[in-house]
Amino acid sequence: MSMTRIIPCLDVRDGRVVKGIKFQGLRDAGDPVERAAAYESQGADELCLLDVSATPEGRGSALETVAKVRAVLGIPLTVGGGVRTLQDAERLLCAGADKVAVNTAALARPGLLTEIRDQLGAQCTIVAIDAARTAADPSRFEVVVRGGRDRTGKDAIEWAKEAVEAGAGEILATSWDRDGTGEGYDLALLEALSQAAPVPIIASGGAKTPEHMAAALRAGASAVLAASIFHDAETTVAAVKSDLVRLGFDMRLVSAPMLPSVSENSPLPS
Amino acid sequence: MDVTLLSTGIANVASVSAALARLGVRAAPSVDPETCRTADAVVLPGVGSFAAGMAALNRHGLGTALKARIEEGRPTLAICLGLQLLSESSDESAGTPGLGVLPVQTVRLDGAPRLPHFGWNRIESAATEGLVQGGSAYFAHTYCLRPSGRLEEAGWRVATSVEGAPFVAAVERGAVVAAQFHPELSSTYGRDLITRWLERARAQSAVDTTQGATPCR
Repeated sequence: MSMTRIIPCLDVRDGRVVKGIKFQGLRDAGDPVERAAAYESQGADELCLLDVSATPEGRGSALETVAKVRAVLGIPLTVGGGVRTLQDAERLLCAGADKVAVNTAALARPGLLTEIRDQLGAQCTIVAIDAARTAADPSRFEVVVRGGRDRTGKDAIEWAKEAVEAGAGEILATSWDRDGTGEGYDLALLEALSQAAPVPIIASGGAKTPEHMAAALRAGASAVLAASIFHDAETTVAAVKSDLVRLGFDMRLVSAPMLPSVSENSPLPS
Repeated sequence: MDVTLLSTGIANVASVSAALARLGVRAAPSVDPETCRTADAVVLPGVGSFAAGMAALNRHGLGTALKARIEEGRPTLAICLGLQLLSESSDESAGTPGLGVLPVQTVRLDGAPRLPHFGWNRIESAATEGLVQGGSAYFAHTYCLRPSGRLEEAGWRVATSVEGAPFVAAVERGAVVAAQFHPELSSTYGRDLITRWLERARAQSAVDTTQGATPCR
């Protein structure tokens, strides 16, 4: 049976990895190419690269980053951020992405997922859903956009079903409430999504410990994504995997690092 | 030795090119049937639906050329949909004939907990001397070939994986390898497989050169 996947995520802006809390307060977290190579050598099963720049110039630079990362990376690469058209998706694949994550544009026009699925295949078509608990009823989830500044009022679980029907082959589910907090994934969100959708769910937002990851997998996630804990060298992919094996999960283990790992984090700019 | 990359679509072409480049090999994109038939080494990096994949091959006249080169045992690496296109047909696209190089049909990967089957899975391979060896490789697919004695009868060595039930992870015969997984995305496991395949292709190309003629023409 397929093994549990660990997916480090690089949020990239202007050619650098950045990381914030609840999508805000971004700080520098290194060079994406060095990070990508280091994570593969630690045993990462896939890599996710999200372009968090907000400008057309930033989009061009993100394509360059994708190409540079692809040149060194021998595992699957998902790229998201600013994908608005089929052409955007095709440009990312040509630059070296294997899967494309669509977020806001699919909300406005679910047919975009269908177009990408029909042209590039369901295995390329990921819907990224940023979900927050609603103020009125914290047991419900709504889709948020624009870094969480806008609450759409759209039910996140219903949207997941709709997106899969439209063509999404996988769901990247980020909890806005937990992102960057280290409080653990939002398990209720993952349970609801995994029951509602037949496709694999990638848990994102809030991971601090291997126990958090184990809980997300038990809640129905097929893969767990994390950023801060790897960037800040709190742990390595290899260490997380050996902990998860001890917790009873089937993981792909790499025997020895293939490449020298990145020795330290880049200093934070003020 | 250059490797000819049948570039009928865009999905995973960049990843395959990058994987070859890391091994110091240039991937030359082509949709020319004569090149496809006689090139030293050909990669079929199929991704997408079965019908779209067959249509793309047939539009360029590549189907016949590909079938001929595989039957002649020329070094060929088919990936993911590329494997399925070698079968007789697929549940995914009823009514569309495949190349029929493999005497089996492509069916849905029923029994898998979730579809598409995304992720790393173990390759069970009895053979130690084959190009495809035991290890873990990356899969991204919804349809598959099931193990069948007909494959062995046709001279194919079969490696399997399990997702709900056993399915064909790869088949190989001489210098022809067709993998359901993605070697180009399978880290060191995939790199080592591509390396072994390239070595066999180089050896075969050297024999052809010393014989002074291209065989089977």
